[in-house]
Amino acid sequence: MAAGDGAILLLKGLTKIFAGHRAVDAIDLQIREGEMFTIVGPSGSGKTTLLRMLAGMETPTSGDIILRGQRINDIPANRRPTCMVFQSLALFPHKDVGDNIEFSLKIRGVPKAERKQRALELMRLLRLPDHYYDRAVTRISGGERQRVALARALAFDPEILFFDEPLSALDYKLRKTLEKELKDIHRETKKTFVYITHSLEEAMVMSDRIGVMRDGRLVQIGTPQEIYTEPNSKFVSEFVGDVNVLSVSVLPSGKLKAAQIPHEMVAPATMNGVKSAGFLVVRPEFLRFLDAPGDADNHVVGRLYNEYALGSRIQYQVRVGELVFVLEKLRHEAFAGGLDQEVLIGWDAVNTIVVPDR
Amino acid sequence: MTARTEGATAGGGVGFLRVPAGFRAALPVILFLLVGFAAPLLAVIGFSFMPARTFGFTGQPTLENYITIFESTSYISLLWSLGLALATVLILILISYPVAYGLVRVFGRWSTLVTLLFVIPLFVSENVRLYGWLLFLIKNGVLLGTLKTVFGIEAESMLFTTGAILLGMVYVYLPYMLFPLTLGISMVPNDAREAASDLGASRWQVFKEVELPLSMPGLVIGCLLTFVLAVGAIAEYKVLGGQQVIPITHDIEIAFTYAQNWPLGAALSVLLMLIVGVLVMIALRRFDLDKFLGRR
Repeated sequence: MAAGDGAILLLKGLTKIFAGHRAVDAIDLQIREGEMFTIVGPSGSGKTTLLRMLAGMETPTSGDIILRGQRINDIPANRRPTCMVFQSLALFPHKDVGDNIEFSLKIRGVPKAERKQRALELMRLLRLPDHYYDRAVTRISGGERQRVALARALAFDPEILFFDEPLSALDYKLRKTLEKELKDIHRETKKTFVYITHSLEEAMVMSDRIGVMRDGRLVQIGTPQEIYTEPNSKFVSEFVGDVNVLSVSVLPSGKLKAAQIPHEMVAPATMNGVKSAGFLVVRPEFLRFLDAPGDADNHVVGRLYNEYALGSRIQYQVRVGELVFVLEKLRHEAFAGGLDQEVLIGWDAVNTIVVPDR
Repeated sequence: MTARTEGATAGGGVGFLRVPAGFRAALPVILFLLVGFAAPLLAVIGFSFMPARTFGFTGQPTLENYITIFESTSYISLLWSLGLALATVLILILISYPVAYGLVRVFGRWSTLVTLLFVIPLFVSENVRLYGWLLFLIKNGVLLGTLKTVFGIEAESMLFTTGAILLGMVYVYLPYMLFPLTLGISMVPNDAREAASDLGASRWQVFKEVELPLSMPGLVIGCLLTFVLAVGAIAEYKVLGGQQVIPITHDIEIAFTYAQNWPLGAALSVLLMLIVGVLVMIALRRFDLDKFLGRR
C-alpha cells in the first residue's frame, strides 16, 4: 500500500520544541479512516502536546500535519474539522446540558428547533434521559458529564474526534463501563477516534491500533495484540503491565545467560535484532511451577515469597537471590504449596521474546 | 443524670454561661455592629420622622420632611447623582474590561507592575488627588499653561463642567471596578475558552458565549461597588465641578450644616438609601451570582 492510502491524517516529522526541550520529536504517523487509534505513554512523554498540535491548539515547530491531503499546520482550531474531548471535559458551567451539546450548532447559526432535535438524538445515543436537556451541567454526575462532553463533540460532526484522557478522573468501575461504551459509540458513528491515555490497559480495551510514546517519540505502533505479545523494547514490554524482564547476554552458542541464573537458557526465535546483550521478557502467565527441571525449556529454583489474589487469577512472587519473578495462575489451578517453600519454576522459549534496551 | 447535674452546676454559676458558646463568641462583634452600624442608621431613620429643625427624638413623629422633599427640587439633585453615577459605571466598564483582560491574559509578568500602578494612587487621599487634577486642568495650569506658553494654543478649560466631574469619578473609582473584574476574568477556565474555539467559535463568539458570561460575577460586583460609591460622591462635584451641578449628597450636607435642619437631611439620606438599595436588589436578582458561579 502506497504511503497515504486510506490515511485520513498523516504526520510527517512533526516536532514541537518548548524552550529547547523536544516535547514531540519528529513523529511520522498515519491514522487510518475510521479507526480508533490510541497514543499511550507515561506523563511527560509528549502525548498531550502531540494531540494539541493535531487539534490546532499548539503550532508545530517543524513538520507537517496533513488532513485528507491538505496541510493544516496553520489552520486555527476553530477552522479545523476536528474536535476534542478534554481531560477536564471543559463543559461550559453557565450553560444547560442542551446548550452545551448544541454549542457548535449555535455557532453555525442552526435554528433552535433543529438544534434541539439533534441534541436530543445525541442524548439518546449516549443514553442520557431527555429531561436532562434543561439541567445545569453542574448538577449531573461525573459519568453523565462525560457523556455530555462526548455529545457536544459529536454534535460538531468532526472528521476526527480527539480524546485527551477524558476518563482519568473517574473511578475504576465507571471508567471500565465508559471504555466499552466509547468503543460502542465508535462502532455506531464510524468516525475516526484518536485517543490518548497513560493507561495501556485502557488502550488495549478500546483501540484498533496503539502507538506507544516515550520522550517525544513513538517507540512502537501496532495492534493491541502485537503490542502485548511482541513488544519491541524493554520500555514497551514493561509498560504492558506485570512482566518478568531479565538482563541477558547472547552466548556464541546462541543460548542466553543471565548473571543470577546458573544454567544457560534456550533463546526464543524473536530476538528483535539483539546480537550480544538485551532483555528476556517472560509474561507471568507463561511462567509455571514445575515438577522436574526437564518439564520446560528453562528452569530456575527459587523461594515462594508471597501471593496476591487478583480476582479470577492468583499472582505469585518467587525470589531467586536478588531476582524477583511473578507468575500467575487461574484461581482453580492455584499452587498447593505454602509460603517460603523452595519451588521450581520454568518456561518454554517459544513463549518469550528478547528485546533491546531502548 | 450526669448532664442534669452539670447543667445545675452551670445554672448555679452565672446565667451567661447557659448561652451557647457560638453566641458568646460572636457577642463582641454583635455589640460593635449594634453600636457602630445599626444605631446610627436607626438614629438617621428616627430623625427623618421628627419635626423640622428639631434636635431630639422627643417630638411628635411626622411625615412633613418627606412631604417637603417631594414639594422641593431635590429630585433634580437626585437625578444628577444617579445619572452621573450610571455614566461613571458605564465608562468604567468600557475602560476596565480591556485592562482587566490584559492583566489576566496578556501582560504576563508585567501584570504585577501594571496592578501596582493602579494601586499606588490609592495610598494618597482622594481629595489630594482631585486637587491634583484641578491644578492640571485649571486655566493657566499644567495642561493649558503648557499649551499656551510652549505651543501658543489657548484652549477652554474643561474644569467646572459635567465632563470634569465624570473624569474625577472615573479616575477615583477605577480600582473598585478593575479589581473585581480582574478576579472575574481570571475565573474563566482556559479550557472552556479552548473548547469553545475548538467547537468552531470565532474570537468574538468565544468572548460573547464564554468569557463574558463567566466573568459576569466580577463585572456585577464591580458595577455595584462603583455605582454605590459614585451615588454617594461629593468631592468630585465640589472640586472639579465647581457649582455647575448639585448632587443629592450636597443637599444632604447643606441640610445638616448651614440649614441646621437635621430631620430634612435625615429624610433625604433615607430616601437615597432606599433608592440605591432597591436598585442593588434588582441588579442582584437579575444577575444571580450563584448561577454564574455554577453553584446551582
